[in-house]
Amino acid sequence: MNKSTLLGALTIAGFAAGAAAAGTLDDVKARGTLNCGVTTGLVGFAAPDANGEWKGFDVAVCRAVAAAVLGDPTAVEFVPTTGKTRFTALASGEIDMLARNTTWTFSRDVDLKFTFVGVNYYDGQGFMVPKALGVSSAKELDGATVCIQTGTTTELNLADFFRANNISYEPVPIETNAEGQQQYLAGACDTYTTDASGLASTRATFENPTDHVLLPEIISKEPLGPLVRHGDDEWADVVRWTLNALITAEELGVTSANVNEMAANTTNPEVARLLGTEGTLGEMLGLDAEWSKRAIAAEGNYGEVFAKNIGEETPIGLARGLNAQWTNGGLVYSPPFR
Amino acid sequence: MTILTDPPRESFRLSMLINDTRYRSLTFQGIALLVLIVAFAYLANNLLTNLAAAGLNIAYDFLGSPAGYDINQTLIEYDSQSSNARAAVVGILNTLLVAFLACITATVFGVTAGVLRLSNNWLVSKLMAFYVEIFRNIPVLIWIIIIFTIMTAVMPAPRAFRGDEPEATMLLGSIAFTNRGVYLPAPIWGPGSMVVVATFFASIIGVFAYRRYATNLLYATGKLLPTGWPSLAILFVPSLLVFVVMGRPIGLDYPVLGGFNFSGGIQIGAPLIALWFALSIYTGAFIAENVRAGIQAVSKGQTEAASALGLRPGRVMNLVVLPQALRVIIPPLISQYLNITKNSSLAIAVGYADITATLGGITLNQTGRAIECVLLLMLFYLTISLSISAIMNVYNNSVKLKER
Repeated sequence: MNKSTLLGALTIAGFAAGAAAAGTLDDVKARGTLNCGVTTGLVGFAAPDANGEWKGFDVAVCRAVAAAVLGDPTAVEFVPTTGKTRFTALASGEIDMLARNTTWTFSRDVDLKFTFVGVNYYDGQGFMVPKALGVSSAKELDGATVCIQTGTTTELNLADFFRANNISYEPVPIETNAEGQQQYLAGACDTYTTDASGLASTRATFENPTDHVLLPEIISKEPLGPLVRHGDDEWADVVRWTLNALITAEELGVTSANVNEMAANTTNPEVARLLGTEGTLGEMLGLDAEWSKRAIAAEGNYGEVFAKNIGEETPIGLARGLNAQWTNGGLVYSPPFR
Repeated sequence: MTILTDPPRESFRLSMLINDTRYRSLTFQGIALLVLIVAFAYLANNLLTNLAAAGLNIAYDFLGSPAGYDINQTLIEYDSQSSNARAAVVGILNTLLVAFLACITATVFGVTAGVLRLSNNWLVSKLMAFYVEIFRNIPVLIWIIIIFTIMTAVMPAPRAFRGDEPEATMLLGSIAFTNRGVYLPAPIWGPGSMVVVATFFASIIGVFAYRRYATNLLYATGKLLPTGWPSLAILFVPSLLVFVVMGRPIGLDYPVLGGFNFSGGIQIGAPLIALWFALSIYTGAFIAENVRAGIQAVSKGQTEAASALGLRPGRVMNLVVLPQALRVIIPPLISQYLNITKNSSLAIAVGYADITATLGGITLNQTGRAIECVLLLMLFYLTISLSISAIMNVYNNSVKLKER
């Protein structure tokens, strides 16, 4: 075999490999489990509980997708990723989707070639300081030492914020939330900055949460949402519309408790289309008609997931705020199911 | 008379490539090379094809664009608007700094522990054996984290220095040990300070000149000049004299607690200290074993002969044993220096901004250019390792056994 045909053959092999990687939906179905990237541990969003079972707001998205695609919300292999490893894990195919409070930005969408399928939490970057420090505004933090998770958008926003206000700071780069919490509590940094929801979640795990305050400034927009690889539109649709199904379910009053009853008795045509008793939406996605029923039954609709994991009744205690349904003055809005 | 004729030249046949031992090794090496090239071509092609399929390409333009993040320890000017390339340079300098510091202290620890381990004093030798075995057999990453954790947990936060009756006070009123690092007074270079600095450098050269003169005198006449206190005198007295004569141009800038942190002075950050100290004691334990092996490789007869001449034990070690031991010690010492440099990449565990943290960490992650960044990292470490190796080999050639 001369060299040019050999290389030609290799090129074809390479293309074949690339093409085979494209059908994530088929891969997941064939494998029987969904590989879902989550954080290494942020209580409320994604963290293993006392039994080692993953629980949380982001975890619920993984479970809903697994329920829709595989019919089993527990058929998920959770892959903990750090701020640094998450994109490589997704791009290399180690995980099928990333549900890990990741901010939707232009460069990640366009340059890194990922597809953000929607927003499951509208967030912004905040600061937490010990009450004893007597700081009431982030603009008073001139000269402070700031703990910051490296490789995140918050790191860039932090630099911009201090630059724009013409004050200085000293960054303490940390890898994981647990590490940041430890450094912050040891007083190795004056303030800890990350998404406000993350701060609330971290503070909830402290021994004396009331000794720490969240400063009023929110210095950035952080739309967090699940993402998949660019170029696999079928798979992106499955994840996108599973998320939308949870949101629409809340809007239409479909809950994990009444989903079967609603499917059987509803007279509302949109509920019927959503739950697969009318139309062929599931088939269009490459799934069966019951896909969204299973997704909603897995962990509940968007509102239920929110209330159960991070809502005001939980230790994390986040108000719905921007994350209320559009009908209640929030930003959460799903395109119609038709 | 016999005439010697050349034996008939054997003509080259293709089968000789396999059958003739003169060519066989070349044949197999050629085949291996070809296989290697094809394998790498396959991998590179696979990579490029898959990148192209994902709509990505290999490009280095990101190096010129603003980095957007801040770094806590910069030896050169840097802010968040500097380019990614500059952030990489900051990281390179930080890597070189910690590697240089750790190489020096590890050598000091290693030589001391290695010599003391052979001490006749039972307690001293057992203590050193304990040190070597403890540090050699636990991974360096664990040591880095242990030391860093101890520092952040045990040392007081800067706010403990605040108030009328602070929980912590500064050592001698000028040095503060905090969980963010150590704050030291920094020199202020007034007018005329360059003269003092120049005098000091001249003194260093003077010390070397004096020691060389003493050695030559010893070899030529057998007269032994003292080297200890004259060296110290040459090193410090002229500089001090010039310092006073020039009107004390060098002052000290003391760190003061202002706002959230100490300001002024020099800050040696906790990550640097943890990394430096951990690399030093860990690698020091390995160097100690090299030194011990080197000393034990010198025949005992040498020590006995030197003692028989009436040399004191310290002289025997410095003049007879160590110079001979160096030939055995230096080659493995080169590897230890390389190990220190490479292990400094564990800086990421404590947030020290070395090249792995800036270029290979934050830049990689913010730009998503993983392949480019990792290639640059490989190039950097390869260059540094080969440079250290080359320099140390020059030194090794100067001390190795001269065969005449």
